[in-house]
Amino acid sequence: MSAYRKPLPAVDDLNRPFWEGVRRRELRLLRCEGCGGYRFRSFRLCPKCGGDKATWVETSGKGTIWSYGIFHKAYFEGFKDEVPYNVVLVELAEGPRLYTNLVGARNDQIRIGMPVEAVFEDVTPEVTLVKFKPAG
Amino acid sequence: MPDLERLKRLRNRTAIVGVGASRQGTFPDLDPYTLAIEAFRSALDDCGLVRGDIDGLIVQGPGGVSFVRMGEMLGLNPVAGATFDIGGFATGPLIQYAALLLDSGICRNVALLYGNASRTEGRRFGGETTVTPGREYSSAFYYYGLTSPGAASAFQARLHFETYGTTSRQLAAVPVAQRRHAALNPQAIKKDSPLTVEKHQRSRFICEPLRLYDYCLINDGGVALIMTTAERAKDRRKRPVYLMGLGRHDTYRHSSLPNYLLWRETMPMAAEMAFGMAGIGRDDVDALMIYDSFSINIWFALENFGFCKPGEAGAFTQDGRIELGGEIPVNTHGGHLAESYMQGWLHQVEAVRQLRGECGARQVRGAEIVQYICRGNVASTLIYRN
Repeated sequence: MSAYRKPLPAVDDLNRPFWEGVRRRELRLLRCEGCGGYRFRSFRLCPKCGGDKATWVETSGKGTIWSYGIFHKAYFEGFKDEVPYNVVLVELAEGPRLYTNLVGARNDQIRIGMPVEAVFEDVTPEVTLVKFKPAG
Repeated sequence: MPDLERLKRLRNRTAIVGVGASRQGTFPDLDPYTLAIEAFRSALDDCGLVRGDIDGLIVQGPGGVSFVRMGEMLGLNPVAGATFDIGGFATGPLIQYAALLLDSGICRNVALLYGNASRTEGRRFGGETTVTPGREYSSAFYYYGLTSPGAASAFQARLHFETYGTTSRQLAAVPVAQRRHAALNPQAIKKDSPLTVEKHQRSRFICEPLRLYDYCLINDGGVALIMTTAERAKDRRKRPVYLMGLGRHDTYRHSSLPNYLLWRETMPMAAEMAFGMAGIGRDDVDALMIYDSFSINIWFALENFGFCKPGEAGAFTQDGRIELGGEIPVNTHGGHLAESYMQGWLHQVEAVRQLRGECGARQVRGAEIVQYICRGNVASTLIYRN
């Protein structure tokens, strides 16, 4: 297996449960214990109610495409061989949005509103990324 | 909610009296300070003030240009100085801040200096250099290849296209119009490079659906403005251009994700504030200067400020409606797409020159009111009158 040359996420104390989750094929979000709202970001406080207690919970992994872009310019050396590649913004069923790549579809098949579901890709021995594919 | 009645007291209380620009282009031997100072000398000459009259110093530039260093180089020891390093949408807020310094009596003459050596410094607005190692929050999602301000606009353009049935071909009307304007502006970098819709459509995608000509230039240059109070403005060399209205609205929700619904969360509020303060309507505006890091910004400004209905900017921008002689001329200097990438500062210079009647072949005849609009999660607007 050739070396993985794309940038890798920075794991820290706040987001570590997320990255441990994807290693186990779980897409986790923070759920506020005060208002029940979900958030993707590892923010300390709930942006909705200001509550400071939250739990990482497994989610459905389902969502829809909110918008997307096709990169023709390789800003990152590691993506040079893949242009044009897609980045999609997925709105999860639980509410939060996240950027990711859509796999299992050609770039010209992507549409706003398309139902998608999470898949997990081990990109290095330590790191797994969550990507999405058309819901089937 | 702004206190509009109180805000109205600021109407026409301050003015821009001096404008200056350095050479615009690629200058490997010049730094942002030198470029800004070149512009400053020109602005002083424009209004007939001398260096020692300046008692407020506001400084901005990509990568952080220090007001302390700038003041040291200029030999200025003002009452108040500041650098605001909040990116391209700083221009409107900084002019508003200058107006407050003046109207409150803290300062008498404020210089706003901008220096940008992005071309020479090889500044990349995307890729490895924009990722902060170990800082997940500041640069999340780069590991999916997401990067660059242009991508944020591309996602929004896609949303506009699919929601309203608008097209890249319609969007081409924006850069085409601005190249036409640039051809009439001796200062414009692209004054000799006309653009057609066909050429736009053949140009390469950067982040699809946006193409090369939907992106702004990256170049070096400096800009300076000098502002004073309405009373003092009458004594200056040229006709004052008064700040008639101002508007601002922020939202920080999803700030790290470019996923606003086409800036509907900020721009309409800024518009309402400025029109309310100025006591005018859209029909009174003779020309628009719109922050155009990307062509699609023009659509967001027109829709969110009520110059056309939501979703209709694609059709509205056709048939020369945003060109000189059209219904509402936009970026008569060529803007970031064709004149120079001075992050909104040359938009102010053009507004002033239009209101003084100094624009020659690109003069908007009888221009009395010109409005500046900047999109963003920090949206701002300024209404100027002569």
